[in-house]
Amino acid sequence: MTFFVVSSVVKIIVVFTVLMVGVALLTLAERRICAWMQDRLGPNRVGPQGLLQPAADGLKNLMKEETLPAQADKALFLLAPAMSFVPALLTFAVIPFAAPLPTPWGDVDMVVANLPVGFLYILAFSSLGVYGIVLAGWSSNNKYSLLGGLRASAQMISYEIALGMSTVAVLLLAGNVTLSDVIARQAPSLFKWNVFPLSLAYFIFVVAAFAETNRLPFDLPEAEGELIAGYHTEYSAMKFSMFYIAEYSNMVTASALMTTLFFGGWDIPFTTWDNAPPWTVWKTLATLAAFSLKVGCFLFLYIWVRWTLPRFRYDQLMALGWKVMLPLALGYVSVIATAVWYLHDRLAWTYDTRFALTLFALNVLLAIPLFFVLDRGHIVAGSVAEEGRAS
Amino acid sequence: MAIGVKVVSRPGAQVSYVRATLKGMALTLQHLFRPKVTMQYPEEKSARDWTLSSRWRGTHRMLTDEQGRAKCVACGLCPQICPANCIKLVPGEDEHGNRYPLIYEIDEFRCVFCGYCQEVCPEEAIHVGVHYENSEFSRDRFVYDLERLCAQTHPVSTLWDPSDPKGE
Repeated sequence: MTFFVVSSVVKIIVVFTVLMVGVALLTLAERRICAWMQDRLGPNRVGPQGLLQPAADGLKNLMKEETLPAQADKALFLLAPAMSFVPALLTFAVIPFAAPLPTPWGDVDMVVANLPVGFLYILAFSSLGVYGIVLAGWSSNNKYSLLGGLRASAQMISYEIALGMSTVAVLLLAGNVTLSDVIARQAPSLFKWNVFPLSLAYFIFVVAAFAETNRLPFDLPEAEGELIAGYHTEYSAMKFSMFYIAEYSNMVTASALMTTLFFGGWDIPFTTWDNAPPWTVWKTLATLAAFSLKVGCFLFLYIWVRWTLPRFRYDQLMALGWKVMLPLALGYVSVIATAVWYLHDRLAWTYDTRFALTLFALNVLLAIPLFFVLDRGHIVAGSVAEEGRAS
Repeated sequence: MAIGVKVVSRPGAQVSYVRATLKGMALTLQHLFRPKVTMQYPEEKSARDWTLSSRWRGTHRMLTDEQGRAKCVACGLCPQICPANCIKLVPGEDEHGNRYPLIYEIDEFRCVFCGYCQEVCPEEAIHVGVHYENSEFSRDRFVYDLERLCAQTHPVSTLWDPSDPKGE
């Protein structure tokens, strides 16, 4: 019991610190990568290669004046940054990030809280994130902020459904909602990583995760061209910074989720020595490195997409969410459920590489009509073209 | 449909969002590895293709004669024409009746760098210069006195000549 408490506290502190430092470095990475993509150099003055830039930014934000709009709802205005910040961090608590660490007192799971219902916990907490944004928009008493908050709520609720639906397929294969079991299920072979048997679910999950984290092309809640800065227009100094930290922590959490659900979590591909006891410190470190690398790739994907794509129009966003993503996710779940039932119950296959590859073939078959027929002029239509069709 | 709105029929059936996205991402990824165009200013002061025009009007410079005295004869034309009223001139006269400036100060903060002082100067004494780095740690350091104006060494501006508009 004492060991559990001590190890948990240590894990909380370490994970929180690493996450915060990671988020700080991520802001720098975003600025430098965006600069490189625009043939610029980006911030490289503070410290070697600009590595201390986040510290300088943080210091500036701490010393800046906090403004409080006269007509704002004071309590909610102060609460909102924390409301958006906390769920982003809480979600990370159930994500296993390395193989268990052996200590003289017993093995320590490398996850802050190894909840049996880890997956449901994530769905619950990722929905909470919208409160911070909506409350920020509403309590600012500013029409732009309010519009940003409204957009955020509509968008996050719409895409939440597709997000949940796409992960149902993962649960069908894992047969369990504990994330460490989801990982264990994917570990034995590279082709059992869920991205292969469930490629389309992964695609839907990525798109929905971009919408959930309010990143381009789904950054309508901020939409600086239309709404100044959206829901955080009225915020300054550290409270403004909190929204940024929340956004980036959400990105880290979403990337960690993609890794866990579709890319085998902390599993190192092509080997199985990392998946079985006896656990050693080196195994923990190696799997931690594998996990970080995968998360880093997804974070790069986030940044890459952000500096490539323009923002959706609001009606396109809603059309994509409700007319494409939701039916797609629903249809996909039923197809996968049928396939799993057929392979498992009728053909009595156990879940092995053959099973996974068959599902992968099915995904490729499904992807062809999706990307070559449905994609043409349906996913994002211009409003002018639609008017022209109607008249 | 409002008057004057042109409806463009788009080739919707041929437009693919996913393909366009992948194309765009390939492009941004290429740019990630391209040489950067940024000139790192204080370290790389004059990049190969980045030099000031000889007509640049920057920090003032007072030219001197062979004895090292300012060429200025304190005629008072430059403070007269200065639109920003940034030139302070107190004329003096020596025992031979030659006028010279007792005080000649230019406030570089007020100056709008129009170059009228150089144009109007009958002695070709005061000039605007091809120079732009004049930052200081205090405001009063921006008031250049005669000694400091004479001590400037940067090239002087060749002002725009109406008879030779392209500078040939």
